[in-house]
Amino acid sequence: MLQISGWQIRAPSNLTRFVVFALLSVGLMLLDARGHHLQKIRTGLTVLFAPIQVLAAIPVRVGGAIVDFFHGDESLRAEAERLRSEQPILLTRLQRYEAIEAENAHLRQLLGTSALVAERAVVAELLEVASEPFRRTVVIAKGEKDGLYLGQPVVDAYGIRGQVSTVGVLQSTAILITDPGHAIPVQVNRNGLRAIAFGTGAPDTVSIRYLTASSDIKPGDLLVSSGIGGGFPFGYPVAKVKKIVNDPNESFLDIIATPVAQLSHNREVLLIWPTKSVLPAEVKKPAEIKKPVQPKKAVETKKPVAASPPAAAPQLAAPEPARPAEGTTP
Amino acid sequence: MNLSHNARRRLIIAASFLAALVLTILPWPVWTEQFRPDWVALVLIYWCMALPTRVGVGTGWSVGLMLDVLYGSMLGENALAKSLIAFLAVRFHLQLRMFPRWQQAVVVLLLVIANNLLVLWVKNLAGQAPSTWGYLTPSIVSMLLWPWLFVILRDIRRHGNVS
Repeated sequence: MLQISGWQIRAPSNLTRFVVFALLSVGLMLLDARGHHLQKIRTGLTVLFAPIQVLAAIPVRVGGAIVDFFHGDESLRAEAERLRSEQPILLTRLQRYEAIEAENAHLRQLLGTSALVAERAVVAELLEVASEPFRRTVVIAKGEKDGLYLGQPVVDAYGIRGQVSTVGVLQSTAILITDPGHAIPVQVNRNGLRAIAFGTGAPDTVSIRYLTASSDIKPGDLLVSSGIGGGFPFGYPVAKVKKIVNDPNESFLDIIATPVAQLSHNREVLLIWPTKSVLPAEVKKPAEIKKPVQPKKAVETKKPVAASPPAAAPQLAAPEPARPAEGTTP
Repeated sequence: MNLSHNARRRLIIAASFLAALVLTILPWPVWTEQFRPDWVALVLIYWCMALPTRVGVGTGWSVGLMLDVLYGSMLGENALAKSLIAFLAVRFHLQLRMFPRWQQAVVVLLLVIANNLLVLWVKNLAGQAPSTWGYLTPSIVSMLLWPWLFVILRDIRRHGNVS
């Protein structure tokens, strides 16, 4: 019994408490899922609980330090040797790459199209922290102050790993391409066939959905990011097709692919800031003026094309990842 | 220790939850992931059973919210699941105390399964459900761990004179 200004009030029963807290949870979830109203609160709470993450990361750090102490010298020497032999090869490739990139930019300019080009990249350390069961997330030891933004691409030396999903002050979370809530627009490197790679929750597979049996795709095909949707830059390797099952009962192929990036190995990732290659002003302006003049019918017939499944599905499947990055538009 | 009885109780309970949270996000090889027990649920069930007037739905909700923040999942997702566990554990604490250890473990299994299904259901609504059956194994590991964890926490409670 509680006494408040002469009134006797019974402490709320167990069931009442549960109902109240359940409603509170549902309210929080709705606010969080629809429109990200809780970003500030989440950022604050993340700062508050960061020590727990640091505490959990200690054992691995200490283990690594001990291993380094006992055979650090040899492994470092071997690594230096390997890197030294690798460097000339990479440099040679880079020479060709720069020429091709310049040529590509020139061709795009002639066509009047723009593409996301990665300009700035920063190496970020991962915090060794386990993710929620059956989700694939990593904690990055960089945050707002380093200029991270929601939906920023995260890559490593081999391909795309995922994208930033929450930005904290000092630490951020990124969801990997294998997370069940993630989808990334890709295309087959061999022939430009567009598709979407969905995460499954399994550590080393993504599934390619909505491709019909007549699609030209076969095991071993490399899938690269297509740049559609505006989140990821074009041309980064994403996955390799592993298995294709054509079940006549299903309307689409069942395609399993293996991510190219080393999702569970390295301690470091690259964060990239894609920027649009700048368009010549005279190309852009007429298109903008034309738009309102166009008859309504033309606009209407155009719409379904723009909302065809490959382009629209990422937004439906993953509202968070597909949000266009505000900082990238020139 | 010169702490008052209340302060000591709070300290011990908070420390046990902190340990559970750290164990939850402690990194292990990826393949062990589907065997990782639900530490927070186990500790929560114990305290709800032992001190139902002190630890209950509110505590469960707060710890669940902490989990949500640490996981980066939707806020309220694990909070809802953990308050359900706390509600059921408090509701049936008298029966739970009477049960032999193995029977308690079976109840723990059911509670953790309820927790996982609720989380899975919410994830499904948000379109993020994993396409594996592996979400049932953590509850079985939690069940197997319960007798040991029960003894450890009981000793801590008796030694710390928490009531």
